[in-house]
Amino acid sequence: MSSPRTLFAIGMTGLTFLAAAIALLILVAILSYVVINGGSRVSLDLFTQLPPVAVIKTGGGFGNALIGTLMTVMIAVLLSVPFGILAAIYLSEFGRETLFSSIVDFLTNVLSGVPSIVVGVFAYGVIVTKTGFSLKLGFSAIAGGVALAVLMLPIVVRTAAEALESVPNDVRQAAIGLGATQFQTVFRIVLPAAIPSITTGVMLAVARAAGETAPLILTTLFGYSWINSLIAPPTPTLSVLVFNFATGPSRNQQQLAWAASLILVALVLITSLLSRLAIRRKV
Amino acid sequence: MSSDTKSSSPTETVLKTENASVYYGNFRALQGISLDIPKQQITALIGPSGCGKSTLLRCYNRLNDLVKGFRVEGKISYHGQDLYAPEIDPVELRRRIGMVFQKPNPFPKSIYDNIAFGPRLVGYKGDMDDLVERSLKQSALWDEVKDKLKQNGAALSGGQQQRLCIARAIAVQPDVILMDEPCSALDPISTLRIEDLLQELKQHYTIIIVTHNMQQASRVSDMTAFFNVEMTEKGGRVGHLVEYSETQRIFQSPTEKSTQEYVSGRFG
Ligand SMILES: Nc1ncnc2c1ncn2[C@@H]1O[C@H](COP(=O)(O)OP(=O)(O)OP(=O)(O)O)[C@@H](O)[C@H]1O
Ligand SMILES: [Mg+2]
Repeated sequence: MSSPRTLFAIGMTGLTFLAAAIALLILVAILSYVVINGGSRVSLDLFTQLPPVAVIKTGGGFGNALIGTLMTVMIAVLLSVPFGILAAIYLSEFGRETLFSSIVDFLTNVLSGVPSIVVGVFAYGVIVTKTGFSLKLGFSAIAGGVALAVLMLPIVVRTAAEALESVPNDVRQAAIGLGATQFQTVFRIVLPAAIPSITTGVMLAVARAAGETAPLILTTLFGYSWINSLIAPPTPTLSVLVFNFATGPSRNQQQLAWAASLILVALVLITSLLSRLAIRRKV
Repeated sequence: MSSDTKSSSPTETVLKTENASVYYGNFRALQGISLDIPKQQITALIGPSGCGKSTLLRCYNRLNDLVKGFRVEGKISYHGQDLYAPEIDPVELRRRIGMVFQKPNPFPKSIYDNIAFGPRLVGYKGDMDDLVERSLKQSALWDEVKDKLKQNGAALSGGQQQRLCIARAIAVQPDVILMDEPCSALDPISTLRIEDLLQELKQHYTIIIVTHNMQQASRVSDMTAFFNVEMTEKGGRVGHLVEYSETQRIFQSPTEKSTQEYVSGRFG
């Protein structure tokens, strides 16, 4: 005979198991759906060919969009990572418990909640558009990179600040006790110790940015030719290609949209795995 | 041996504390401490928890400067120089007065880099390999780690980590080494090894050690200071120095009753 308390425990365990199983199921469903629909089109052509316009019934790829995505994300990383890590160092080391740092901390949280379309509109306004108070660069990888950098920034700052804070205080005291300045303590001891966790955070941010579509529609646009400049010409990206092709009438384009989704998911999976490896190395 | 310290030529005072009171904000942790730390001797600080032993220790290398609201009244001097004078650079000072903490806290770096960290800070020009080897030998760790200097310091046992921390402190060639309960996280064998080590280190360094272990204090130290807490009129608790003398005196014929009770384990 089980007491009501044990029955309740068994029930709760079952419920949590069920929830975990459903979460897994959803992921498996998405993955298999993408693989079933996009898998048949996977070939080398995807990476070497240009996207077909709607009237072309077969063939084509999205080599330019893959390059565009990698380029845009790379720009975003170059902008957001150094900046984000330095900000995190201020928040968790030099500016600890100052009013300014708690304001920045709060605003970072707000920024992470800003919808990506709003960030896109902002980047469009200050970089792309040819009128008003703008850099007037037009649709470009740079503009897209800036938009993605803004989206990545709060994630990088948050995870880097947490990584720094998780370095035990003992270790800081040891360095100070040996006659290190605070600057030396942070850059020679605390930051190196936090690098593996910071890498994980950056990878997460990259995975998030790589799949963003809304801000890119407003900043990189799309194109059917190869990219030959960071600025000026519209830059195709995988996520915008999916957006453009998935709902169009062309069967060929629809298939490519699925294949592009598959490649995107694969990219995200690879980044997640890499970040896992980064944590592993620490232990 | 320690009883004739007094009769032999008076040793030089390294750290002189004169009527010092220490505050954390409004809270007074220590009151009216006067205490002279002799050169190249081991001075033990003992007393019940919360009486301010760590607080005093951290005054000597100004580690308490990092605590908001921390303040010292009275005078603490190091070789006659006021420790809290504005011209004293605490960063510079901490290179002369090293510290070993209660919990072993090696840097998450290789054994070699742990030791080289301090010397590199000051742009050490000599042979680093040699300095690392010497420091590890002095801290009686060399034989155990000489084949794995590239290995992470955190992978060592607790006792080895603590000896690594001692080696790290020695590597900057300090004058004084402060130790805050360095053996409290260690097993008896590691503890004995460190106690033996202290006798070696005493040849070159002035050592101040905080310990809760009475046997340890009586075994290793030359001088012992007993601290206690007392209630203030307002109901606060403040630490004060009860008795300071040669270790043998403190353990065999203390002047104060509370010292007698504390060292014999009949306390509170
Ligand atoms: N950073 C701090 N801020 C405020 N109060 C502190 C701080 N550090 C210590 N204190 C207080 O000062 C008093 C003395 O503390 P201290 O750590 O020096 O005692 P201790 O003798 O080392 O005790 P233990 O044997 O437990 O280590 C305690 O009442 C403690 O609460
Ligand atoms: Mg203490």
